[in-house]
Amino acid sequence: MARDEQVPGIRPRPSLGRRLDIMARHSFPATITVLLMLLCGLPFGFADQAVLLPSVTLGAVFFWSLFRPGSLPPPVVFLLGFLLDLLGYLPIGCGILTLLLVHGMARRWRRMLTQQGFIMVWLAFICVGTGASALIWALTSLLSLRVMPIGPALFQAVLTAALYPALAALLIGAHRTIANPERV
Amino acid sequence: MIRLSIPARQILSKLTLPVLIAASFAMLLVGKADTMLAERARVALGDSLAPIYVALSEPLAQARAGVTEIVDLWNMRAENAQLRDENARLRQWQATALALDAENRRLKADLHWVPDPTAAFVTARVVADAGGVYARAVLLALGPNHFIHRGEIALDQSGLVGRVTEVGARTARVLLITDLNSRVPVVLEPSGGHAIMTGTNGPRPRLLYWADGTPPREGERVVTSPEADAFPANLPVGTVRFSATNVPEVQLAAQLDRLEVVRIFDYGLNAMVPPEPTHSEPTRPVAADRLK
Repeated sequence: MARDEQVPGIRPRPSLGRRLDIMARHSFPATITVLLMLLCGLPFGFADQAVLLPSVTLGAVFFWSLFRPGSLPPPVVFLLGFLLDLLGYLPIGCGILTLLLVHGMARRWRRMLTQQGFIMVWLAFICVGTGASALIWALTSLLSLRVMPIGPALFQAVLTAALYPALAALLIGAHRTIANPERV
Repeated sequence: MIRLSIPARQILSKLTLPVLIAASFAMLLVGKADTMLAERARVALGDSLAPIYVALSEPLAQARAGVTEIVDLWNMRAENAQLRDENARLRQWQATALALDAENRRLKADLHWVPDPTAAFVTARVVADAGGVYARAVLLALGPNHFIHRGEIALDQSGLVGRVTEVGARTARVLLITDLNSRVPVVLEPSGGHAIMTGTNGPRPRLLYWADGTPPREGERVVTSPEADAFPANLPVGTVRFSATNVPEVQLAAQLDRLEVVRIFDYGLNAMVPPEPTHSEPTRPVAADRLK
């Protein structure tokens, strides 16, 4: 709504319906991330399904932090991280810290990355996702005082990178249509 | 909303991220200091999400059954031949088993054997994977007035699955025997050797701490041991298999990757459940610590 107030021009009266619509579009990134996270918990019945949750969450948070940081402010990322810790049975704080760092990096590189093509964004995300998987592994190992097996961490890094194009395709579609606050 | 000047707002928005990162470090410390807090939050979240998972697990199970059926149809011919072969072998075993059963009954009657009491059990549906990347657990949906307690034992149709570690109003979490924190005292049959089965987060737990004279042998049956009062005797666990690196592992009888329904047994064994089990080391039998 901030942009609506700042940019001069003729626009329809801000009725209740329009306000609700704008609000829904603003809260779409956080909502869809939470929904995707909850979907990951369903028993799909394939092996190592638990890796899906951090992979999808990292992808979604990176995407929205890059393309719609206004709708995903740090406090929301904090809450998403807390949800990741609870749903993913990670030590509390581990997911929060990781997601905040991913968010911070995405915002820092925002200017540069949003002008590049998809491949560059994906490459950047592969680095970020691998770093995040390593951080989750290191924090879990540190907090449980034992070296966790490295296999799941590697698998998580690979799955995170591999899932991103599909996730981005879904989110880009939403970003341009139903989540776009300027298309009210 | 409080109206702030533009520079103040800019400073505030720049400060949010560092402050929140500092807060996340604080959360790490709080979570480590008070593990019950996280557990309570998880149980509450699980309880509130359970109805959604229950509603969605039914169509998902049907879809999965459909896929399995197609795969089964594809494999039917090979499976049929294999089954016929197996059937012939099992018929021979059935004759042996019937003879042994009759003999066993006769001997027990001679000895005035007191049979073990049958334990009470409830059946529950697995609605969600409650493990993480570094944990192996499942979430069960229960009725609102259930009588499930911590430390009760979960079995599927063919073997040991795990133990109940957290209980909420309508859900319970079962830590699987493949989890990194799981320790199960076991007996190997027929040698009668004792060992501890430890989870590795992989599909096959390892055997550790066996006695010198009775090393595990390939193909031996693994059953639970009543030692330490954590499990009843003789629950089927699996069979001994040696890995490529010659480490004795247990091929589990239970199908942990395809759990749909489990039975929760109350054997009245509450001796080994600490009053407030922590998340990182839930309900580990004391015997395992002593043996280390």
